[in-house]
Amino acid sequence: MKAGSNLERLLRSGQFTITAEFVPPATGDRGLIERQARYFKGHVDAVNVADNMGAVVGTASWAVSRALLDLGLEPIMSLVTRDRNRIALQSDLLGASLLGIRNVFCTTGEHQKFGDHPEALNVYDIDSVQLVNAVRGLSGSGKLLGGAVCDKAGPFFVGAAANPFGDPADFMILRLGQKVRAGADFIQSQPVFDPEKFGHWVRLAREEGLIEKCFILATVMPLRSAREARAIHEKRRGVEISQDIMTRLEGVPEPEQAREGLRICAEQMQALKEMKGVQGVHIMSAGREEVIPELIKESGLETARARD
Amino acid sequence: MIIAERKPIKELLEMLVGHDHVLLVGCKGCVTVCNAGGVREVGVLASALRIARRRQGRPIGIDEMTLDRQCEPEFISWLEEPLREKGYTAVMSAACSVGPQYIAERFDRVAVMPALNTKFIGGTLEHGVWAEFCRACGNCGIHNFGGLCPITRCSKGLLHGPCAGSSGSKCEVRPEVDCIWHLIYQRMKNLGQIEKLKALKPAKDWSGYWSGGVRRVVREDLTL
Ligand code: SF4
Ligand code: SF4
Repeated sequence: MKAGSNLERLLRSGQFTITAEFVPPATGDRGLIERQARYFKGHVDAVNVADNMGAVVGTASWAVSRALLDLGLEPIMSLVTRDRNRIALQSDLLGASLLGIRNVFCTTGEHQKFGDHPEALNVYDIDSVQLVNAVRGLSGSGKLLGGAVCDKAGPFFVGAAANPFGDPADFMILRLGQKVRAGADFIQSQPVFDPEKFGHWVRLAREEGLIEKCFILATVMPLRSAREARAIHEKRRGVEISQDIMTRLEGVPEPEQAREGLRICAEQMQALKEMKGVQGVHIMSAGREEVIPELIKESGLETARARD
Repeated sequence: MIIAERKPIKELLEMLVGHDHVLLVGCKGCVTVCNAGGVREVGVLASALRIARRRQGRPIGIDEMTLDRQCEPEFISWLEEPLREKGYTAVMSAACSVGPQYIAERFDRVAVMPALNTKFIGGTLEHGVWAEFCRACGNCGIHNFGGLCPITRCSKGLLHGPCAGSSGSKCEVRPEVDCIWHLIYQRMKNLGQIEKLKALKPAKDWSGYWSGGVRRVVREDLTL
């Protein structure tokens, strides 16, 4: 055990793990965070707390992570490199350690052009690989990127993103290798709508010897409607929705499409559980946390997890 | 070269409110090459401003002059005589922003206005189209990336590869441009240097960039 988080314990013990994403609204109201948290409590093993997701201002991920801890939930604090330089990021990591946060998830973050402050200046002082490396330095040897030694922080269980469907395709395993070598303990993928392509990526990762070095969680996303599916397919780069899924959604009347989307997602969760090399699923509900309990029930995975 | 483009006439007219006798100064350097501030552009701009002001019922006198370069104090000194003799209340500089700053430093009783927006260090893609190639980070490392610059040409300045938004070889932030990581990957493959891309790159040293205050280059062998 490295960081001793519940997430780490579950993954190391070989249990299939479920995480879900929480996109904090912009609020100073603790009550609101608490109300939304009830959709996670008792249903998932850990909660990713987004860091200004989509470059839209939300409440600080460290603060929301602490609030979740108070509610008996296990947070995975996200950090994006878009908004803060290495000084601020490392400072936040030390603060997170102080607050008892043990899981962190490192990404670069969406460009501010897509958010609610498109005129903002971005930072991108370091990239996600370098951030993973910074977390490892800080929590392993207590070393800051600049070389100075600090009191050890964490230790943290470190996550990073991977895009199995990325372009150019053969670059993607190389990217995974970079993140693992930089110190990533677990990986959460881009949304999977094509299990076959995803399976291929996992096989390549195994051949490269990367599966033994990190835990892979496959991201799933319940679709609300055929229209939403088409919009995601067309607009969200890096996410492709297969024709099979599209046909299934279009095959039912519009009011029932959300239900069908949930069913498709639940089936995918079952299929991913059977996939060798996959240790869990990560639910991206795009702001619809209320569907999480039902989705997990539908998937039948509920009983597989250690519950409190 | 430095790429610049002319500010909208409306904005220039607002700057000129209260002035009725100005000197419009072009530059024969970069801004001539990118068709923003050479002799020809100065001529066109001067007439456009004169016509607009006449229409407003407040005619303006605009004289034209184009210096060999505005980023050299020596050429700026050529303005001394006309400024002394003709009593201009303002100089509008159609150069990159070094020009108007030099003019402002040299002549403390004349208003100075930029006619151009200085955009970036770039090159010509095709006639009338320019793109950025370098952010002048002060410490060039493009040999690590097949000779292409991810700091400038990746919208996020990533050093380890493409972000999740890269698809169809275009950048998600600016779909009209290539995702530079596709070009880098292809180049590295052709060069047989994929191993180099696997290596972890340390956090970049930005001290030679904007973060370090005014940058200077001193060539001892050339100083007098
Ligand atoms: S590495 Fe720096 S100096 Fe070299 S092209 Fe890129 S921005 Fe310019
Ligand atoms: S799509 Fe490519 S160029 Fe654009 S931000 Fe992502 S990696 Fe950089």
